[in-house]
Amino acid sequence: MAHGPQPGFKRWLYTTNHKDIGSMYLWFSFAMFLLGGCMALVIRAELFEPGLQIVQPEFFNQMTTMHGLIMVFGAVMPAFVGLANWMIPMMIGAPDMALPRMNNWSFWILPFAFAMLASTLFMEGGAPNFGWTFYAPLSTEYAPPSVTFFIFSIHIMGASSIMGSINIIATILNMRAPGMTLMKMPLFVWTWLITAYLLIAVMPVLAGVVTMMLMDIHFGTSFFSAAGGGDPVLFQHVFWFFGHPEVYIMILPAFGIVSAIIPTFARKPLFGYSSMVYATASIAFLSFIVWAHHMFTVGMPIAGELFFMYATMLIAVPTGVKVFNWVTTMFRGSMTFETPMLFAVAFVILFTIGGFSGLMLAIAPADFQYHDTYFVVAHFHYVLVPGAIFSITAGVYYWLPKWTGNMYNETMGKVHFWLAFVGLNVTFFPMHFVGLAGMPRRIPDYALQFADFNQIASMGAFLFGAAQLVFLFNVIRTVQGGKKATAEVWDNPEGLEWTVPSPAPYHTFSTPPAVR
Amino acid sequence: MRWSDNAKIATKLLALAASMLVFAIFVMPPLYDAFCEITGLNGKTGGKYEAVPAAVDRDRLVTVQFVASNNENMPWGFKPSVVSVKVHPGEAMDTVFLATNPTERDMVAQAIPSLVPFKAAEYFHKTECFCFNQQALKAGETAELPLRFIVDPDLPPSVNTITLSYTLFDITERVSSNFDNKNTDSEREG
Repeated sequence: MAHGPQPGFKRWLYTTNHKDIGSMYLWFSFAMFLLGGCMALVIRAELFEPGLQIVQPEFFNQMTTMHGLIMVFGAVMPAFVGLANWMIPMMIGAPDMALPRMNNWSFWILPFAFAMLASTLFMEGGAPNFGWTFYAPLSTEYAPPSVTFFIFSIHIMGASSIMGSINIIATILNMRAPGMTLMKMPLFVWTWLITAYLLIAVMPVLAGVVTMMLMDIHFGTSFFSAAGGGDPVLFQHVFWFFGHPEVYIMILPAFGIVSAIIPTFARKPLFGYSSMVYATASIAFLSFIVWAHHMFTVGMPIAGELFFMYATMLIAVPTGVKVFNWVTTMFRGSMTFETPMLFAVAFVILFTIGGFSGLMLAIAPADFQYHDTYFVVAHFHYVLVPGAIFSITAGVYYWLPKWTGNMYNETMGKVHFWLAFVGLNVTFFPMHFVGLAGMPRRIPDYALQFADFNQIASMGAFLFGAAQLVFLFNVIRTVQGGKKATAEVWDNPEGLEWTVPSPAPYHTFSTPPAVR
Repeated sequence: MRWSDNAKIATKLLALAASMLVFAIFVMPPLYDAFCEITGLNGKTGGKYEAVPAAVDRDRLVTVQFVASNNENMPWGFKPSVVSVKVHPGEAMDTVFLATNPTERDMVAQAIPSLVPFKAAEYFHKTECFCFNQQALKAGETAELPLRFIVDPDLPPSVNTITLSYTLFDITERVSSNFDNKNTDSEREG
């Protein structure tokens, strides 16, 4: 095989190699994570004290909006796609992704989408300021002119996600090594297969809702304008029909990562493999019939409130199955706590806390008090930060030696974990209290009685931000060199990815491996 | 590799994505409207009702309250002539809303109804309503906007008061820019 990667920058521009594309996704996502994180720090700095100190309310609104959009579409989703690109072919014994050229394209349109989105910050009228949920008519009649750029950037991100998902499904269904039956696939592959179907089902709905906004703004239709016979509430239904499956898109691959890590460090096989698969599928199905729990206060018949309340609570059952399976896997295992395991255990504990506050929010009558308060902010940050971000971090530490051939610095990894763990809880736990006490979300100023908890939260946020720099430094050092990793890296881990040398060669499994 | 297999799967999935886009734009909004009309969700009242002879329930009195409000930046004066009436279910009742265009320019408005409690929406029938049409008022002009309604005798016994609210929207620009060549008082569902 004489051919290899092109030299220089062309390697990255023209590459169709799943490992190169996976790395690009991961670096891109980390850049977006830092950008979105800086915006969060602007928010927390402003909220350090009551009153207006640092930014004007208009800019504050742009920060909350852009922080949400960038973290959801720029940080979490591309990171999972990056991990999928790197790991799925190696886990199922495939030489590459099924559609490598499309793979290149689905990555390379992303930087343009986010450049366009970020450029709105410098436009007249400012960046989108209507919240990441962009409810009409705030995002139509009252939107800044830059909303059109926002709409097109969402279109491009949607196209990227759909192409990525098609690729992942085709790879999993078509490229498995002989003997790798569906029920032998690692859970990360399973969760991604289901996530990819969710993406294909709902990203077009997101594209549809922004297209309807575009039509309302520029072409005189009235999908969401009451004056023309439309209905702003329709926007919320269509948006959350996308939005609720979207939150599972951001958590199902995390379940897969954690299900890979915990058995390795508990030195026991995963408890209840098939129940994990069925639980994932049930969560995916239920995600389509619970969307209106985001809209309890918008006005619904009592039957609707009850239906969405009970359907939402039902999700706790398959999620509970998963949590108990992870705990049972650890039970009487011979556990060690390397950095990936620390993040994975923190995931199980903190995600469960987020799940419980989700159950509180699911109670329709109680939700009337919680709605649009910091309690909601605390809830979704508890499921997204220790859920999505911690699992991605755990996955990076777990597979980094395989990718680079070098061991990361374990001490620095543990420092990163403890800073992040403490920072996260100090940031988001007080938000439960101020939320229950009635502090509304998305405001730059607040009543005096919330000052103490907000100061604590802001200090935690800066600690969490600093922790990520330790992570960045550790990853760069590992890429540059360090103690050589063995092919297995860990103590007898399960999976085909550990049968190839570390670092994984540019081409793996050109001939399919034998699967037991 | 098995390129044709991959292409087959990719085509199918792309078709699925395309059909979800069509579903979002062309199916969800009409489905939502139909759903709202059937359930009275959002207090949406139905379109024009053809009166059918029905027994008037003389034993029961239902209070119907009227609320009129302007959407943001709408300069018109807009109010009900009476704020509340008592009607027997099954009996047709007439009332008027008063609208004034105090500005120096000709304007067109559209009234959008909403009704609470939601579960009464399907029992509130309008045989005639200014909200079925757009309202054009010349500068300084005042008009009486008629409404004729029947409360259905099947109205659930728990409902004693119905509040009907109209919000008036300024659609002058919308009419002049988009519907220049269309009949301005085209029938619409209100």
